[in-house]
Amino acid sequence: MPELYHQTIAQLSAALEAGSLTSVALMQAVIERTEAVEPQVKAFIHRDAEDALQQAHASDERRASGNSLGPLDGIPIGIKDILAVKGQPLRCASKMLDNFVSPYDATVIAQLKAAGAVLWGRLNMDEFAMGSSTENSAYMATANPWDLDRIPGGSSGGSAAAIAAGQAIATIGTDTGGSIRQPAALCGVVGMKPTYGLVSRYGLVAFASSLDQAGPMTRTVEDAALLLQTMLGKDPLDSTSIAMPKVPDFRAELKHRKGPWKLGVPREFFGDGIDPEVKANIEAAIEWYRAQGSEIVDISLPHAHLSVPVYYIVATAEASSNLARFDGVRYGHRSVAVEDALSLFTQSRGEGFGDEVKRRIILGTYVLSSGYYDAYYLRAQKVRTLIRRDFENAFETVDAILSPTSPTPAFKRGERSNDPLAMYLSDIYTIAVNLAGLPALSLPSGFTSNGLPIGLQVIGKAFGEADLFAVAQAYEQAHNFHLVTAEL
Amino acid sequence: MEYDVVIGLEIHVQLKTRTKMFTAAPYAYGADPNTLIDPVVLGLPGTLPVLNHAAVEACAKLGLLLACEIAEVCKWDRKNYFYPDSPKNYQLTQNEQPLCLGGQVEIELPGTSRNIQGEHRLVKLNRIHLEEDPGKLTHTAFDTTIDFNRAGVPLAEIVTEPDLHSSEEAVAFLNALIHLIHYAGVSDCDMEKGQLRCDANVSLKPAGSKTLGTRTEMKNLNSISNVRAAIEYEIARQTELLDAGESITQETRRWSAENGTSSSLRSKEEAHDYRYFPDPDLMPVRMDRARVAELQAALPERPYDKQRRYQETLDLPFTLTSVLCPDPKLCTFFEEALELHPAPKVIANYIANDLLRELSASAAHGESALSISDCPLTPAHIAELAKLIENGVITKQIAKEVFTTMYQSGNMPAVIVEKEGLQQSDNSDEIEALCREAIAGNAKAVAQFKEGNAKALNALKGPVMKATKGQANPATLDQILRSLIQSEA
Amino acid sequence: MTDKAHLDIEYVSQLARLDLSAAEKEKLGSQLAAILEHFDALKAVDVSGVEPTAHAHAVENVWREGDRAGPVYDPEVLSSMAPESRDNQVVVPKVVE
Ligand SMILES: [Mg+2]
Ligand SMILES: [Zn+2]
Repeated sequence: MPELYHQTIAQLSAALEAGSLTSVALMQAVIERTEAVEPQVKAFIHRDAEDALQQAHASDERRASGNSLGPLDGIPIGIKDILAVKGQPLRCASKMLDNFVSPYDATVIAQLKAAGAVLWGRLNMDEFAMGSSTENSAYMATANPWDLDRIPGGSSGGSAAAIAAGQAIATIGTDTGGSIRQPAALCGVVGMKPTYGLVSRYGLVAFASSLDQAGPMTRTVEDAALLLQTMLGKDPLDSTSIAMPKVPDFRAELKHRKGPWKLGVPREFFGDGIDPEVKANIEAAIEWYRAQGSEIVDISLPHAHLSVPVYYIVATAEASSNLARFDGVRYGHRSVAVEDALSLFTQSRGEGFGDEVKRRIILGTYVLSSGYYDAYYLRAQKVRTLIRRDFENAFETVDAILSPTSPTPAFKRGERSNDPLAMYLSDIYTIAVNLAGLPALSLPSGFTSNGLPIGLQVIGKAFGEADLFAVAQAYEQAHNFHLVTAEL
Repeated sequence: MEYDVVIGLEIHVQLKTRTKMFTAAPYAYGADPNTLIDPVVLGLPGTLPVLNHAAVEACAKLGLLLACEIAEVCKWDRKNYFYPDSPKNYQLTQNEQPLCLGGQVEIELPGTSRNIQGEHRLVKLNRIHLEEDPGKLTHTAFDTTIDFNRAGVPLAEIVTEPDLHSSEEAVAFLNALIHLIHYAGVSDCDMEKGQLRCDANVSLKPAGSKTLGTRTEMKNLNSISNVRAAIEYEIARQTELLDAGESITQETRRWSAENGTSSSLRSKEEAHDYRYFPDPDLMPVRMDRARVAELQAALPERPYDKQRRYQETLDLPFTLTSVLCPDPKLCTFFEEALELHPAPKVIANYIANDLLRELSASAAHGESALSISDCPLTPAHIAELAKLIENGVITKQIAKEVFTTMYQSGNMPAVIVEKEGLQQSDNSDEIEALCREAIAGNAKAVAQFKEGNAKALNALKGPVMKATKGQANPATLDQILRSLIQSEA
Repeated sequence: MTDKAHLDIEYVSQLARLDLSAAEKEKLGSQLAAILEHFDALKAVDVSGVEPTAHAHAVENVWREGDRAGPVYDPEVLSSMAPESRDNQVVVPKVVE
């Protein structure tokens, strides 16, 4: 058996249920591990061991009195610093929110609390979820546990690295253009972005409202299924959340959905810019599915190559408006050098936001400004429709779509910091999924020759999470890459 | 030079819902600062708006009463601008697809005198859309403080076409609009409480010209008299500039009630670039046609339709309808009384004169008159009083006394008359004795009457009425006096 | 779209209420120019008759029924998070319209 801190929710919850483990003991193991590796990994923006142990203790008491709240009861789960937890700092890795403590719980957090999860720390990220490397955090850069000189991906880099490093059993990330899947791929863990609307966004600090979704980051597909089960549901506080007609028991469904499947492969995703080792790895994975009896169908997503411009117009436009509330008036950073009401805004925002956030606010403000709206924003929304249609057409014939998650494995810290466009292009396989509102998952599919994890992306139909999990788990169970852990 | 004045109004009306437009925090005017706030009101990170259906219903109701077309689908947009009273630094509003389209309001221009009805005409509306109110700033000598209680209160913004041509018309429009809003029951329109706020766009063009002149937008018109004064000031200012051969700058101007002048707030060049775009957090609203038809069917009669009906079918004079018709509660009161006893003029008179006088007299010092809903009397009181007069039980003179007693006690008039023995007297013997006394005591009046001055008879009636404390049946009295004088001749 | 996209950084940063140093403006200007050039790919797409996508799902009529009051915060919640407050109100430098 691996160390406690490297085990899965499924394993640990069985042990807790059997009485062979207490949540306090588990939490202590995770805390010790965290303290040991955190100086190298730097996954946490904030953590409160005492508070976590108290939650664990309460869980043990519930279980002892026969009132266990289910499989998540007593499991330490790390939270990306973008979801509001009452009484905890909510900084979005930004100086803008340095002193901000949330007075309310996000719906997802309330759901996790109701399931008995032990909320463990605030995980590092790119500031306001803008980035693909977690280098845009105002606090520190998180390292990739597989190679400490490399980035963990982003923006949920802390959430991915913490699992890979054994600092949390599972974590919650958010994904606007790949921010769960890309770091999951780069850190060798499972990361799942649900169908837009499946999970409430209330309490998720908005980056791009029409794209943002919170989702589970775990060691295994089964764990992702378990965690998603508690996070979903129509929320009266989020008008964009959707009630699924009948919510399947994802974990139970894994046993019934065994394939073979019709799997689509978009040729557009294997062209220029893809790392040869990544390409070979994903092609091998596709061949494995074929060998297992699944039908592999060449599909075309003819507008997918426009995803990057569409995404960076839609997302920055929404962000420029969403981030207007950070103004130094009611909460957050207020410049001391303020003379009047106008400079209160401009100075506080100029001091509080980092480079990437500023870049995107400027870009988003520009594409909405008088004279440019039709040419950029409205046009991008129309091309977004074409991208959605591409997927709709594809899903008329296939059950799921396979692709690389990221065109390259983890790159070196600083390598792309001065080339935002190159950074934006690293999301090329993930962002079309957000534009179409579809569910997708990245799972470990092997390693490069120098030992860096590679991720396979499985894209599902809207609200087709049960099939998505089944397709992904088939590969996982046959390869067991999830059992390989980073050496720290 | 002669100019045509062109005025358009934008009116923000706070809708009287219990909770805010996009969150369940309640609203009440005058609450302690920042006691009506929640995460959504404050625009805390991560919060999302959820539409209050009651606000949509209220706005649709108002729109129908203002003869608007209710859109098939309406949507929500963000209007982006930074201001310290705006918690998100964008306002949720309806730019592209508002709830109510077009519409018209019937107005009544002032007549040649207060008692004479003026001309009526229709003023075209452009649209009505829903949006959220910002918080409230208070300026001190050194800084500005912010109360977010008001933030998120639902507003209906009513936009007219540039279809008004004088300050009188603008004022007439506002009055008519306020009456309609009262009829719809969706706002109290108290301008002092900020429940109704008006901006005016004013431009001038050479008389008869088809092209519109450059307009200015007047802000901060927070009373009807401010609206009148600011528009008049602006017409005079623009006339002077144009007469001097200068051009008008397109700008936003702020009216100062203290100085009676306006000053430039910002020019067109500094105008906001609001970067409107569809709000991604709120879903479009498709108006259920059956529900719209239901609302349409339940609409109250409009004030000027009521006025016409009262004048034409009940034969009420303008002096009465102009008092009753603007207030839907007065009209309901009137119609309920009428139902009990069909004497429109008498009843309308009691409501428009006696009742309203008592209501304003009984209001606490400095407060505005009590509303009819706080009135101690019911329509049944007034109907019964009218009936007592008509049936000759009491005289009109006694009725005044009964009214006062009934207003103070809340007792029914018949009970008061019975208890205090106020029935008019038909005792001809007693009246005849008193008449003989009166005739004997005023030979001059008798002589004048005989010479053909009918009014002289009143001088004889007075002492009789006085002696009977007003209870003498006026008809009996009249008849006895005449026959006594005739038989004397 | 104008042929060569021009981003007036003075104007846009003013709209965004974002104070940028001269160096930041310089750097952002050239980075954004490259990004805007990349956006030009959209110009070639025929979008005639295509409806814009504003929401991932075409859902309508999501609202709160009943107009019933929900919980409110104590004013202290705001005064404790606000950078400056007085008598339960948030304080900012004097606002002149
Ligand atoms: Mg307006
Ligand atoms: Zn407005």
